[in-house]
Amino acid sequence: MCGIAGLHLRDEQLQPHLGELLGSMLCQAAERGTDAAGVGIYGDPGLNPAGRSTVCVIDVARGADESAGAVAALLGAPVTGRASGQTMVFTAAAGPQELAAAVRTALPEAVLTSRGTSLAVLKGTGHPDDLASTFRLAEATGYQGVAHTRMATESAVTPTGSHPYSVGPDQCIVHNGSFSNHATIRRELVAEGIAFDSENDTEVGARFVAHQLTQGADVHKALRLLCERFDGFYTLLVATENSFAVVRDAIACKPAVIAETDRWVAMASEYRYLTGLPGIDNARVFEPEPEVVYAWER
Amino acid sequence: MGTLITDLPTDRPNADPELVAATGTCAARFDLATATVRALNAALHAEPEGSSAAYEVSHPRGAHSIAVGINRPVSVRIDGHVGYYCAGMNQQASVEIHGNAGVGVAENMMSGRVHVHGDASQAAGATAHGGLLVVDGNAAARCGISMKGVDIVVGGNVGHMSGFMAQAGRLVVCGDAGDALGDSVYETRIYVKGTVASLGADCIRKPMRAEHLAELAELLAAAGRDDDPADFTRYGSARTLYSFHVDNAASY
Repeated sequence: MCGIAGLHLRDEQLQPHLGELLGSMLCQAAERGTDAAGVGIYGDPGLNPAGRSTVCVIDVARGADESAGAVAALLGAPVTGRASGQTMVFTAAAGPQELAAAVRTALPEAVLTSRGTSLAVLKGTGHPDDLASTFRLAEATGYQGVAHTRMATESAVTPTGSHPYSVGPDQCIVHNGSFSNHATIRRELVAEGIAFDSENDTEVGARFVAHQLTQGADVHKALRLLCERFDGFYTLLVATENSFAVVRDAIACKPAVIAETDRWVAMASEYRYLTGLPGIDNARVFEPEPEVVYAWER
Repeated sequence: MGTLITDLPTDRPNADPELVAATGTCAARFDLATATVRALNAALHAEPEGSSAAYEVSHPRGAHSIAVGINRPVSVRIDGHVGYYCAGMNQQASVEIHGNAGVGVAENMMSGRVHVHGDASQAAGATAHGGLLVVDGNAAARCGISMKGVDIVVGGNVGHMSGFMAQAGRLVVCGDAGDALGDSVYETRIYVKGTVASLGADCIRKPMRAEHLAELAELLAAAGRDDDPADFTRYGSARTLYSFHVDNAASY
């Protein structure tokens, strides 16, 4: 059991409240998992300043300033670094791949949790309520966000086993369920030269989706292909810089509910996570059908 | 909230004089924005034998286990969407949900009536032995799974694997049915007005005889619907999986 939630804002006036709204969803989701939690925030100017790239990492051994200095020396450009709970957030006026490469080299022990110009992934182990305050989630702003609370079943309770998984630029995935053939697909992806950060099944899904997107598929097609290739139980929420998508496996035993108004689209494991959203009483609320990809673009 | 009831029936928690006057019976109002589900359920469980008290519940906000385990002929009106297992194990009571219901609404109901005015999530009426479950909207996957005597009337569609291993009772679908309808069904009679995506193992189409039209008309009337029974098709068990036969091994 895990809890997932996401919010895609259509009304710009709600953007200052993204973190507060996502926080109310995350804390309700805590009843479906208290081992670990994480959020992916899109469009927060503090996390993703204009004209800069952002790379988030976990498992960094040194402090933020020292780490940023080490990355800056390799990048040859100024780098800011700050701790946000167990995650460290670096930004620089450089491309996401350049910054990510410098972080990987300067901090070999660290695990990248996101890279891009729109997204920051903050995650760690512990109770979701506590993590939300270390992430300073209530202060976050932006145009969309995803959240996950974890009850670990198939791999260890570690920061790297926490969701969201973000393995491509500005891409993000959260998962309730477990893939049963992930080891086979992992071997296939490794054979194609793709490296993994964890033993987690969801990372295989994230790598698969990222691989399909790299090869030219859109999110809709990537998730159709995932349904064909993956066995097991899953309700997935997948976000990219411009899209927000939900898909469930054919058996659909993992719960999901979608609510939609003119101002936002929201998805959650359970309806009660959505009760703090403005206008929820008049939202169109429905349960997504199995193996149907629901996607919204901005 | 949470006060124990000592002097019934007039001194119940949240007794509401206006509601008493309006309904002409003992009545209580619970606002779940402030009261707990546990307080509501404790009050329902403390109703005296034969009580026909009327309860009104507001702001359910998707909470789980609302109005479970009632065993009195009370009526409960819930305004808003409810979470999992609402009205589970119901006996005698009439529970109206003016909103959507989460997983397992009226699961294992024994008697009484549960009416969802919106949609129901998966496993609606699962394993229920008796009573009537009405869903005005759609019901998701596994509606009526292992039903054992309940009657279920769904105004919209039902999802895949509905009526799986259904043993007794009637399942009426006024919209369409998803894949594998009635898989391994025993003696439940299934009536579908719309299309069936596919039938499950050992579930077959059957003729509508006069007694089927008559019982369907009764069920539709009980659910407050005006659909024409003649527009429905009956499905049920081919009874080839009742006893193990090695040729059927692949169907189990």
